[in-house]
Amino acid sequence: MEAKISIVNLCKRYEDNEKEKGLFFSKNINPDRVFDGKEGYVLRNINLQIKEGEFHVFLGASGCGKTTLLNIIAGLLPKTGGEVRMDGKEINGMSPERGLVFQNAESVLFPWLTVKQNVAYALKPKKLKKEELEKRTTEAIALVGLTGHERKYPEVLSGGMRQRLQIARSFASDPEVLIMDEPFGALDAQTRMVLQDELVGIWKKTKKTILFVTHDLSEAVLLGQKISILSAAPDASIVSYEAVPFSYPRNSEDSDFVQYTAMLHRKLNAAILAHQNRPEPQSTQTAG
Amino acid sequence: MESKGKKVWKFLLKSGILTWAAFLLIWWILSLFQEDILLPGPLKTIAGSWEIVANGKLLSFALISMRRVFIGWGLGCLIGIPLGMLIGRIPVVRSFFEPFINFFRFVPGLALITLFLMWFGVDEGSKIMIILYGTVFTVSVNVIAGILSMDQNRIHAARILGVSERDILFTVVWPSVIPYAFTGARLGLGGAFGAIVAAEMVAAKEGLGYLIYNSRLYFRTDWIICGVITLGLLGFTFDKLFRFLGNKYLKHYGVKELKNA
Repeated sequence: MEAKISIVNLCKRYEDNEKEKGLFFSKNINPDRVFDGKEGYVLRNINLQIKEGEFHVFLGASGCGKTTLLNIIAGLLPKTGGEVRMDGKEINGMSPERGLVFQNAESVLFPWLTVKQNVAYALKPKKLKKEELEKRTTEAIALVGLTGHERKYPEVLSGGMRQRLQIARSFASDPEVLIMDEPFGALDAQTRMVLQDELVGIWKKTKKTILFVTHDLSEAVLLGQKISILSAAPDASIVSYEAVPFSYPRNSEDSDFVQYTAMLHRKLNAAILAHQNRPEPQSTQTAG
Repeated sequence: MESKGKKVWKFLLKSGILTWAAFLLIWWILSLFQEDILLPGPLKTIAGSWEIVANGKLLSFALISMRRVFIGWGLGCLIGIPLGMLIGRIPVVRSFFEPFINFFRFVPGLALITLFLMWFGVDEGSKIMIILYGTVFTVSVNVIAGILSMDQNRIHAARILGVSERDILFTVVWPSVIPYAFTGARLGLGGAFGAIVAAEMVAAKEGLGYLIYNSRLYFRTDWIICGVITLGLLGFTFDKLFRFLGNKYLKHYGVKELKNA
């Protein structure tokens, strides 16, 4: 079967003109960051196939290039080399087919619109009839459990509810792939657990392909069918690819779960160490 | 529980009654040691000003000044907001205008008054243009700051949803900029009051600035003080009104009234 998302030999370094254009919408990315005394590649030789309907988690330490990778898949950032395809077609720019859920909901929700208006905004480009718009808005709000809060403004919502709202807005436009950049990273542990469970529920119901970035090992094991572990930048690449052997719903207190997570932890550390101690990469990519 | 006395005290302090009572008191005490021609007391000022209140001169001058202020300021906002958005959104336009803005920022409207008198006439034209000039700068600089500081993720989120660039401008960028445009307009209004008085002092036969400047010829210090107070009251009232409207209708855009301000 053809993969939904196919990544072959993807490389990325930040070019000067990108810095000028201010493409750095993410405060997590500093394009002038110097790696080991040289401005290097953030990502190097990423290879990955993601199946349709898969819940795929990218796991890596902060600043390892996860966000850069997601943004390339989302089409927000150009790549330097390699291929990124969706359904066999080269990804070229942003598309409503690939929804993006940002870590910081406050920064992307519109404070001047109510919950309902925020969700309806996602359907604006589709120019739907009124009943259809109403129906899909209501559905999306119900999907994330915000029914009853339609007329509230984001300002009065809790952090968890804002993130639900952002997820509802992304789902409303009915993307084929949903890309989530540490969406629960800023939430308290309680809220995070609830939302993790709900996300799995939503995923099972909608059968979307989800690409989910986290630096939390336990969250990765709790959510993902497949986990790609990224080494740290510079030259981040996928050092380990895991198929999680548990069915949903998962319980992070099960002894199997705990053992598996510990095993993954050791593997992750070893892989990152090995990556750091690797010989200098060959000079095949000095162009640029 | 707060005692009643404490409550009354708090009310007096917060409502500004106390401030003004103290001001009047100090004014009155100071006036006791001065000639009336230098500093008439509060009561003498009111009595002396009654003349220009009764014959309608004060009202008509105030209306004339306010008309100039609001035409110049209104036009200035209408030009300054879109100009600021263009400069903020389009890097080429920004690069082009930046040196220009940073040069004229240091040229106050007043410095241009003689030129404007020649170009736009001694009547309304020159005064309105001076206010407009100041307002355009204040408003556009604030709008530019708003655009440059806005979270790019908002725009990206809309783009990903497939919203057109034109719609993004009106449904994302403009609403995000509203608080900055609001602040710019407020500051611009303050500047407009300053500019109108100066302009009317230099070249006018009517208006509050004319009143304040010209009364010296008749040694009517009470009229001067009356003009100053009228100006302050008008500015205070319009600013209050403006903030009230902003708080009422633009709250969700991020325009918020400062507490006790």
